[in-house]
Amino acid sequence: MTAEFEPKIIAFCCNWCAYAGADLAGVSRIQYPPNIRVIRVMCSGRVSPDFILRAFQLGADGVLVSG
Amino acid sequence: MVIDAYNAGLGERKAIYKYYAQAIPSAYAIDSDNCRQLGQGKKCGICAKVCPTGAIDYKQKEQMLDLEVGAVILSTGFHAFDPGRFDTYNYAGLPNVVTAMEFERLLSAGGPTSGHLMRPSELSLKADLAAAEKGLSKLHKQLKQLEGKYGKTTGEMYDTFQSAGKDDKDLRRWETLAEQATELENRLRDLKAKQETAHEPKKIAWLQCVGSREINQCDNGYCSGVCCMYAIKEAVIAKEHAKDGLEAAIFFMDMRTYGKEFEQYYNRAQESGIRFVRSRIHTVESVPENDNLRLGYVTESGDMVSEDFDMVVLSVGLESSPEMQDLAAALGIELDHYNFAATSSFAPVATSRPGVFVCGVLQGPKDIPLSVMEASAAAGAAASNLSSARHTLVKEKTFPEERDVRAEPPRIGVFVCNCGVNISSVVRVKEVVEYAKSLPNVVYVQENLFSCSQDAQDKLVEVIKEQDLNRVVVAACSPRTHEPLFQETLRNSALNKYLYEQANIRDQCSWVHAGDPDAATEKAKDLVRMSVSRAALIEPLPMPSVPVTASALIVGGGVAGMVSALTLAKQGFKSTIVEQKDRLGGHALKLKKTWKGEDVSEFLGKLVEEVKAEANIDVLLNAEIKDTSGFVGNFKTTVSSNGTESLKEIEHGVTILATGAHSIAPQEYFYGKSERVFRWHELDEAWDSDLVKNASSAVFIQCVGSREPQRPHCSKICCTFSVQKAVELKERNPDMDVYILYRDIRTYGEREDLYKEARRRGVIFVRFDTDHKPVVEQVEGGLQVTVIDHILRRPITLKADFATLASAIETRDIAGLAQQFKVPVSQDNFFLEVHMKLRPVDFATDGVFVCGLAHYPKPIDESIAQAQAAAARAATILAQKSIEVEGVVSTVDETLCRGCGKCVEVCPYGAPQLVEVAQDVHVSRIQEALCKGCGACAVACPTGAAAIRHFNDREVLTMVEAALCE
Repeated sequence: MTAEFEPKIIAFCCNWCAYAGADLAGVSRIQYPPNIRVIRVMCSGRVSPDFILRAFQLGADGVLVSG
Repeated sequence: MVIDAYNAGLGERKAIYKYYAQAIPSAYAIDSDNCRQLGQGKKCGICAKVCPTGAIDYKQKEQMLDLEVGAVILSTGFHAFDPGRFDTYNYAGLPNVVTAMEFERLLSAGGPTSGHLMRPSELSLKADLAAAEKGLSKLHKQLKQLEGKYGKTTGEMYDTFQSAGKDDKDLRRWETLAEQATELENRLRDLKAKQETAHEPKKIAWLQCVGSREINQCDNGYCSGVCCMYAIKEAVIAKEHAKDGLEAAIFFMDMRTYGKEFEQYYNRAQESGIRFVRSRIHTVESVPENDNLRLGYVTESGDMVSEDFDMVVLSVGLESSPEMQDLAAALGIELDHYNFAATSSFAPVATSRPGVFVCGVLQGPKDIPLSVMEASAAAGAAASNLSSARHTLVKEKTFPEERDVRAEPPRIGVFVCNCGVNISSVVRVKEVVEYAKSLPNVVYVQENLFSCSQDAQDKLVEVIKEQDLNRVVVAACSPRTHEPLFQETLRNSALNKYLYEQANIRDQCSWVHAGDPDAATEKAKDLVRMSVSRAALIEPLPMPSVPVTASALIVGGGVAGMVSALTLAKQGFKSTIVEQKDRLGGHALKLKKTWKGEDVSEFLGKLVEEVKAEANIDVLLNAEIKDTSGFVGNFKTTVSSNGTESLKEIEHGVTILATGAHSIAPQEYFYGKSERVFRWHELDEAWDSDLVKNASSAVFIQCVGSREPQRPHCSKICCTFSVQKAVELKERNPDMDVYILYRDIRTYGEREDLYKEARRRGVIFVRFDTDHKPVVEQVEGGLQVTVIDHILRRPITLKADFATLASAIETRDIAGLAQQFKVPVSQDNFFLEVHMKLRPVDFATDGVFVCGLAHYPKPIDESIAQAQAAAARAATILAQKSIEVEGVVSTVDETLCRGCGKCVEVCPYGAPQLVEVAQDVHVSRIQEALCKGCGACAVACPTGAAAIRHFNDREVLTMVEAALCE
């Protein structure tokens, strides 16, 4: 194993709540690890299981659906 | 550093500052009193030097502006009561006695402790320690210099000092510094000793009614109406914040949780272990050894108790400010005896001067939902006066005709923003720019200092034309705040606004990875790559506009329904009132007087006449809604009326639900079995009967069917009603014995005057709890009521000629209407608005509004305000000739659709509809105006027929792929 395991995480965030929350974390200058890539959707109900499976297939270590 | 008023004096800010993080406008200002350059006449100018856009102008002066207006709306708010004038609470002397406003800041993530629960004594101890340590290290440095220069220790200095005499300047300074150092060391030692006992608050007390319901030490005889709820909220949040548990106690007189779903919140707070103690605290003493506070109080059983708390929060009330009194005098509007704007219950937002309207606490103490309702009501009332001038000052915005880019290959322009230093201090923007140039389909990349500035927008229009761009990616802040701005710029460049994509490299990158520029730069590149890959796939979307039918359907012909119809009529809009009964008026027909003594029947008579005479209002009586369909601007409703079978089809642009509520028929206390037991409005009807007129004693029983497990809500208006009637009985016959059996008296706001008046006149208030409810018996010649007296703690028996039950208020049969108009209903069975605080008359379904008792029980003044508000909100739609429908909506490919109806099942907005296209062949069709673009249908669709525009599978998946491809 190399020194540190750095997970790749894909997050699907609802525009109206979770994505706004991620913005608020920024406004509040809350610091968190840079391993996450956020994809904005209009509703967490938009997140099809296909999206999640595709992310894992391409090597994501975690998928967060937040809404 | 300057004391930060926004943080209630608990934190510091600079002389150049933004009032708070989310301030609107989000701009900095110079506080000239504390500015070295402006206020103190010193040379500084640092801010002008560092400002990259040259926005600082020291020469700006206050200006006098003359504005010509047709109406004035006053919403200057309130002043929080300053408890410094009370010595009982020792607020001025004890740091750990704070006001609720200060506590609010201590709980806030944006506050002085970043939301970490701390006591002010520890906050200042921390600051003092830091200051002492800093001072000491400075002194030590200076001493060390002297020691170096003379090659002596400070101890040895004294000998030298003796021999060299007192004239030596260095030595004299050395001596002073040494003395200062010793002093500071001692202080530091003391502070450190104090730190030993320092601790986070583990036990906090809230004291209610500080500066409210108080006529001994101040003149605020009214109830502030909001403190019970905010104290509970603060206690609940404080418990959430405290890591190792927190004991919270609220000391109160009456718990006034009378608003929508407030009682349930109170119940949950009790279940979570917050202690509610019915006692008014008379002294707060200090416990000097640990900065704790000792409260002395009398329990309900009469015992004197002394209890220590780490912190005491004073639930301070709301009051009118001296500035407001000056403003009122300048504008010539009347104030009431508490210095709130004087208004009538029948025109709650109109001041004594025509054309001047008022909303919020300036009109009287109130909470956010009612303030917001009044705000809309005031806007509506002003708009009614100004309707002839509507659109006269409006400049219509026009955009160039859109260029059709569908056949073109993507030509993407990427604009990377520095956001001043907000992004560039962490992310290496130049590297991101170079990286963007390497991405497919990207033909142009530019770095901006501020992409959102006006000149950058103008430049963007030019660049789009010059470079022939057909997609634009801006890597900057959040699309939630700035997407509309850039989309408009695209429209100015003849591009469809959906050809825009934004990468959030500030809020979700530079700001949150400030300590890791390498990782943040990599992340920014990834985000740009993801956005570019998506930009290549996004397509222009149509934004169809649909015409608006400029009329309203109002369901319910009570006061709320009629007021909203009239408010709309005065603005020139037609409406149809659909009333179930054979007459207009609703429950107000049963009311005689408001709590202020105004004549309801006179008002109602005039209102009905006005409605009947108004050409813009059509009234349907004995009417029933049969069916409704359509969407905002274009509803179609079928109504039957006057008992006939013939149906009328009404086209309308908006719908206002004002169906009211009813008082229940109680199953207890001999209601319906004895002629001596009334429901509250029945007392008014029997007012001049011999039974009531000749009675020598009367009993009122409160909360009959309310605040009980099967119906947990508070019916809000019954306390005021019973107290008002008790006063009227006493006015007619001062010798009459009048008893009010209650649980909490909830005469909120200025209604508290009535409660005071009742006690002054000798009305006897006996409190009971649900475990020991009063018992009513029929006896010879009257009623006998037994109740456990809360002071004597033993049963007392009252003889009563009649009893009046404050029976609960609930809606009847609203489920059907809710289903027809696709609006939700709360657990209490009232219509549920989209946001209980901020959008109190709107539903999530566009174009449908609520007002009156169907929303929640409320007195006539609040019903009228809400009706005016609903009309004002409705008018914002009716005033438009057409409305643009959002382009991000679902579509169904009918060739793939098999009509299974899964999309219909999952859609929360009723947008998809199954349509029979041939015999037994159904396909789904989307009503675009109803679609909110959530995309749930696209996920549920088994065949891939349903898809969501702008977020289709390819458009989202490409971002997943781009994120993980490196």
